[in-house]
Amino acid sequence: MRYTGFRKRANRCAVSGNDKTMEVSVWRGSGGQGAYEIFQVPAQDNQTVLDVVSYIQQEIDPSLTYRYACRVGMCGSCAMMVNGQPRWTCRTHVKKVLTAGRLTVAPLRNLPVIRDLAADMDPFFEKWVKAGGVHKPGRSRDDAIQQVSPEDPGRVEANKAIECINCAVCYAACDTVAGSPDYLGPAALQRAWTLYNDVKVTDRAAVLASVTGPEGCTNCHSQGSCTRFCPNELDPLGSVAGLKRALARSFFGGKG
Amino acid sequence: MIRPHRRHPLWLAYMLHRLSGLALALFLPAHFWVLSLALTDPDQLDQFLIFADNPLVKFAEFGLVFLLAVHFFGGLRLLALEFLPWSQRQKSLAAGAIAGALLISGTFLLRAV
Repeated sequence: MRYTGFRKRANRCAVSGNDKTMEVSVWRGSGGQGAYEIFQVPAQDNQTVLDVVSYIQQEIDPSLTYRYACRVGMCGSCAMMVNGQPRWTCRTHVKKVLTAGRLTVAPLRNLPVIRDLAADMDPFFEKWVKAGGVHKPGRSRDDAIQQVSPEDPGRVEANKAIECINCAVCYAACDTVAGSPDYLGPAALQRAWTLYNDVKVTDRAAVLASVTGPEGCTNCHSQGSCTRFCPNELDPLGSVAGLKRALARSFFGGKG
Repeated sequence: MIRPHRRHPLWLAYMLHRLSGLALALFLPAHFWVLSLALTDPDQLDQFLIFADNPLVKFAEFGLVFLLAVHFFGGLRLLALEFLPWSQRQKSLAAGAIAGALLISGTFLLRAV
């Protein structure tokens, strides 16, 4: 249903006599091979970058591969490089990024490309697990439910990052990931910092241990691109700094 | 040409810190070698000091002071970023206070010279 609706809308625009077009360069290819292909796409008063990509796939070249699901900035699956910057395409208005009638769309940086605009997210999620991203409860079902005060300082700190949608924009923005492929990256480390502050997690030392070492938080060069580009305005840079602080404290014998 | 995902102040601060660090690392061995001439070859040191009176060298010293200042404050910035869990507002206020203090004391410094 959604597909036909979209087609109807695109047709209506074509009929309305809007002859303004824009030049869109789209990355085509799979693996490490590929090149940019240029498409002429009708310009609308209001359209997102995802609308543009969808238009190309539905009206010009059905073989264009890309990924999206919710279209409202909830699911984190449509992130791409737009004019060289990582962005969530469903909530990026073309008006904001169009330069001289041109637009460049490419798959997310720092990840293998499956095909065209669809990046392979596996390494990103594997690191999420590696950083201890799975919640390990300290209580069983027989224990009473743990009371957590919203004002608890640890909870306040943990709350800052729970809106992460796993879009990998921060991961694509990070030069440290580009330079050392084993580095866990901003999103996974931010998750570890959230768990570290979660009072329901009993083994905080284990969380810290999983982000220590050559691929851990001390690798971060504080370039801040993660925080700069996070579409949900989270602060992975601050989270990684928190982990570094906790690590330094535990190194000097403070509480872990 | 800076690539688009690097066009923001924090990345520029990072790069400035690295470049100033590298330049200082190149400068310091030469600096220590010149100082060592005071013990090993005072005549050559005197010759160097005459050369150092050259206006172009004086101008290069300005660059050196700039590098030192940039690297020093870049390091303080990193320490604050990682060890002072301040809010954005607090950080802005602290940066504003330091900038204001430098401006005022710098003005007095220039009057004293």
